[in-house]
Amino acid sequence: MYDFTDLVRSIHESLVASLSPGMAALVEWIIIGAIFLGFFALLGLVLVYVERKVCAFFQLRLGPMRVGFWGTAQTLADTLKLLLKEPIMNKRADKFLFNFAPFIIIISSLIVLSVTPFAPGLQAFDINIGLFFVIAISSIGVVGILLAGWASNNKYSLIGAMRSGAQIVSYELSVGLALMTMVVLTGSLQLSEIIASQADGWWIFKGHIPAFIAFVLFIVASTAEVNRGPFDLAEAESELTAGFHTEYSGMKFAFFFLAEFVNMFIVAVIAATVFLGGWMPFHIGGLDGFNQIMDFIPPILWFFGKVAFIIFLMMWFKWTFPRLRIDQLLTLEWKYLLPLNLMNIVLMAFVVYMGWYFGN
Amino acid sequence: MEKSALKELITSWAEGIEFDEEQEFLQVNIPREHLHEVAQKLKSTPETSFDYLFCQTGVDWPDCLEVVYHLESSQHGHIIVARAKTENRENTTLDTVCDIWPTAEFHEREIYDLLGVVFNNHPDLRRLLLTDEWEGHPLRKDYVDDINMINY
Amino acid sequence: MEVVDKDKTIPGDALKSQEYFVNMGPQHPSTHGVLRLVLTIDGEIVKRIEPHIGYIHRSIEKMCEKDSYRQIVHLTDRMDYLSCHINNVAVCLAVENALEIEVSDRVKVIRTIIDELTRLASHQLWWGVMGMDLGAITTFLYGFRDREMITDIFEETCGARLTMNYNKPGGLMFDIHPNFQKRTKEFVEHFKKKLPEYDQLLTGNVIFQERTKGIGVMSKEDAIAFGVTGPAGRASGFECDIRKKNPYHVYDKVEFNEVLLTEGDSFARYKARIQEMWESLSIIEQLIDNIPEGPIEEKTNAVIKLPKGEFYQRVETARGDFGVYVISDGKKSPYRLKFRSPGFSNLFILDKIARGSKIADLVAIMSTLDLVMPDIDR
Repeated sequence: MYDFTDLVRSIHESLVASLSPGMAALVEWIIIGAIFLGFFALLGLVLVYVERKVCAFFQLRLGPMRVGFWGTAQTLADTLKLLLKEPIMNKRADKFLFNFAPFIIIISSLIVLSVTPFAPGLQAFDINIGLFFVIAISSIGVVGILLAGWASNNKYSLIGAMRSGAQIVSYELSVGLALMTMVVLTGSLQLSEIIASQADGWWIFKGHIPAFIAFVLFIVASTAEVNRGPFDLAEAESELTAGFHTEYSGMKFAFFFLAEFVNMFIVAVIAATVFLGGWMPFHIGGLDGFNQIMDFIPPILWFFGKVAFIIFLMMWFKWTFPRLRIDQLLTLEWKYLLPLNLMNIVLMAFVVYMGWYFGN
Repeated sequence: MEKSALKELITSWAEGIEFDEEQEFLQVNIPREHLHEVAQKLKSTPETSFDYLFCQTGVDWPDCLEVVYHLESSQHGHIIVARAKTENRENTTLDTVCDIWPTAEFHEREIYDLLGVVFNNHPDLRRLLLTDEWEGHPLRKDYVDDINMINY
Repeated sequence: MEVVDKDKTIPGDALKSQEYFVNMGPQHPSTHGVLRLVLTIDGEIVKRIEPHIGYIHRSIEKMCEKDSYRQIVHLTDRMDYLSCHINNVAVCLAVENALEIEVSDRVKVIRTIIDELTRLASHQLWWGVMGMDLGAITTFLYGFRDREMITDIFEETCGARLTMNYNKPGGLMFDIHPNFQKRTKEFVEHFKKKLPEYDQLLTGNVIFQERTKGIGVMSKEDAIAFGVTGPAGRASGFECDIRKKNPYHVYDKVEFNEVLLTEGDSFARYKARIQEMWESLSIIEQLIDNIPEGPIEEKTNAVIKLPKGEFYQRVETARGDFGVYVISDGKKSPYRLKFRSPGFSNLFILDKIARGSKIADLVAIMSTLDLVMPDIDR
């Protein structure tokens, strides 16, 4: 009922009919690129607004209220301000790397965004190694952070960048292993197949205890990987003023800011897809009447609902917990999360081998 | 310890120690030659054990500079005010007490900065509040600064 | 903290790490003002801390030498602006003692209540900032929410919210507002419910405890030797509460405990302040219902001249032992006036207790010492 497959196919066929195959492909690329860039910008605006509002309500404030209804146009106004700001650069900074770093970060998040399965048929790039692709590309972002810290010629930036490097390299392990645990269950890396396998129930419910453990581990590790509180050591405004982006201003700063929010969105997308069924409505095997009622809600709403829930969860962490120290952060990963993950993957393999999960 | 007992004890430590009992606390004037020695004894003698230097101040008198040490014993709770005068307003050296009470290190830097008392054996005697290239010592009575000071 | 000797673990000079300097401040989010710390850093470990102060030095002591005693009171709340009332009272007490004026019980009780309200407001702000320094920004807003009620009471009482100047030598500027008792009681009731909330949000948090327990341990001997007073000193077991040692106002007539802890780490300093808030609440509760009647000021001469001599008045501010040392030569302004500020002594223990810790720990230690820069620079 809400399938986008036919719509996408008809657009594709009409393009192929009127243009040469090469041109049709080019036009499709441009359309998809434009859609994603637009979505990217919109995402940034919305998420920044949401963050400010959520944070404000946690802190007994109202947040932005003046520009537009309930301050909805505030982020737009801020973007305008950032665009008009003078890009100031440290005289001794490495000019090329300094300007290059924000782009690495933003491009890496944009690439990962391309595999997002929004709704049935609405996925730009359904690669068969989807999860692997996500893990691989999202780790390019750290190069941008390291470059930004190094090129700024500022000691605070450098400390921030080094912290970030240590942090992301370690937490990537946990993210990867938590996802790997689920891959044992799904048997596929392709995002569309992972979603299809959850038609009779989401993996977090079907997969028993190990799936739930993997979910918690994934949320903790990925919060650390996107440098958000309580793991925001790379920025740590009370210690390093602003960490790796201390020296950035104007739009280049906005790129870092935007990338943080888009990365948060990506993490939420992966969590929603792998654990909570992506765009798949909430189904319980056997209860057909209930399942049909759930099907009335469009998949795209299910998808964004789940993503919003996980983003809210991450904002909740950030505005409640104090920040960890660098050694505690690494201890948490290497001494607790990683062994737990390894044990969990064995447990999951055992569960799958014995067939102790629902819906097999 | 009572004032009289303290007085008796401290008098025996060095020559030239004078007392002034008219004020709130017992005041003891220590000759600058014996300053460090008497200060050491004030802290280490069990009966006195003045281990808490809660205030150290410099005063600019017409004929000399004076450093005032407010001492308290955390054990006995008694308070004494030790004072030491420099020779005159030009030759302003005194011994440091920062090896006895570590807090004195920074109080002495402040006194040096604002009054110009030079402390012998101080590990790091630099200006504390003012910039290094500042001329003069502002808390002295004869200090004149046409730009920063308002005279009325 | 043990630092691994890198020469023993990594062969060759090529991989040897290098120490470097970082200027923390004068503009830095967690130095609470214009403090500059020159840090020698090896990786993340702080090897040496050298505080540079004086960026907000206004030579208040020099100014006092030309001002009348009534004017001096107004300068004192520009020092430790978070315990402004207590500073004001210190100068007033020094003058009153020198002139042997005995103020009425009404004045004493009102001064005590407002002293404790000031202390509460200061600790609330500290609590908020402490959380923020450790990355929990939400606490800041919670602290300020409750502090707002106190500043509202102050505003109603004397028209100012921060730099109050409610006192003058000889008594109070004006009588308390008719609403004072009602609103203070409302605040006490409100804050009694909110203090456990503070514990829920920060004290009980695992990350917070990990960040503060065993960090920046200060022994009792160090505290005494460096003259660290206030909650920071008492967390190390140094009995330095002036309200108990040399009671002023009506502190000898109310019941309260001197908060003494023995651990001496950042968490103990934190707990000491939280417990002190409970004590302050109990002091206010004991006094608020029975403020005696009486004159709000004693007569003083138009020009206050102190007798020749020296006068030292100690009071307990939110940060510790605050002293006013007046040397008078019988004129209308003091010959020399020294303010013994608690922050000055508290600051310089930083190098001793924070050496060898991480940069993040340094921030935590600094915020548990509760530094207010104008108080240190004067």
